Amino acid sequence: MRVQLSHPERQVEVKGPKRVRELLRDLNLIQEAYLVIRGDDLVTEDELLKDEDEVEVRPVISGG
Amino acid sequence: MKCKKCKTKAVIGLPRHNAAFCKPCFNEFVHDQVARAVKSERMFGPKDRILVAVSGGKDSLALWDILLKLGYRADGLYVDLGIAGYSARSREKVERFAETTGKRHQATLLIHTVQEEEGAGIRELADLVNRPTCSACGTIKRYQFNRAAVDHDYDVMATGHNLDDEAARLLGNVLHWQEEYLEKQGPSLPASVEGFAKKVKPLYRLAERELAAYAVLNRIDYIVEECPMAKGSKMLLYKDVLNRLEIESPGTKQSFYWGFLDKQAKAQPAPVSMAEKDQATLHPCSLCHQPTTAEICSYCRMMARAKAGSLR
Ligand SMILES: [Zn+2]
Ligand SMILES: [Zn+2]
Repeated sequence: MRVQLSHPERQVEVKGPKRVRELLRDLNLIQEAYLVIRGDDLVTEDELLKDEDEVEVRPVISGG
Repeated sequence: MKCKKCKTKAVIGLPRHNAAFCKPCFNEFVHDQVARAVKSERMFGPKDRILVAVSGGKDSLALWDILLKLGYRADGLYVDLGIAGYSARSREKVERFAETTGKRHQATLLIHTVQEEEGAGIRELADLVNRPTCSACGTIKRYQFNRAAVDHDYDVMATGHNLDDEAARLLGNVLHWQEEYLEKQGPSLPASVEGFAKKVKPLYRLAERELAAYAVLNRIDYIVEECPMAKGSKMLLYKDVLNRLEIESPGTKQSFYWGFLDKQAKAQPAPVSMAEKDQATLHPCSLCHQPTTAEICSYCRMMARAKAGSLR
């Protein structure tokens, strides 16, 4: 699946299927500081992401 | 994951509340938390005019959105600091929100441009006065918001500080035992003297992640990137540390900050003593008449140094 990351903006390929929880763990990111967005929707930690999915992992901390 | 309330598919899990919610139930949860904060801290009533400090970030736009949806009379104030690139993009987000959601609720947006008022952008100002930009930025924003609230007769000014902001700030103050700051860390600060607006933080019961989720779920377009000036700021480190603790034991952030508030409420009738202390130490700045402990306020001193510097 294609994963969009911020700070700095970049894209990485991750092999699916994979649960959101595992995706964050593999990327070494903590759940409390990120949201995972697929399309226009938030997905919960137990959601299974498919190999053809495109997701954004968005940091919740931002300026201002 | 299923919604705790209606058992449909959840969109977010909230470990600290041992819950998960679908979109409508999550929105209800968020509105509820803000309504509780407003009530329990006596922030404002349905007739009060509220000025919301909006930055284009998720917290302040979510706050404005929530207050309008709860039926409060809330206008926005955006301070344009002239930070190259960042200010234009964040201002655009604020303007777009004001034209859509704001307009639907008859709310107005005020814009103050530092460059126009003082003849310099924030980076130039910070260079000139030789201070770290975040601190100069804080001084300018606080000053502009307070003056705007007082000049336009708002009853109260509201900022988008969330639970993570307040817990991180508390951690910083405790680590350095800055007790004089602890006193002012409540979510509702009274208008202690003439020329000082009442200040409230209606989002102190909501975590940063919950506000980002609220913005995403409600299609509030906000600026995701960090302020380029804020890189490496201590606050980010404190937030990261607290989030690591939160993962290990959910509820750490709220028990840290809310526990502090409880202790403070029991220890002393804080608003009274603080108001008295302010009345004893504050008087009008000799240049701009805003309240200050010095002869000339820190904002005017900074601007004077910036102008002297630009003439050199
Ligand atoms: Zn529900
Ligand atoms: Zn002054």
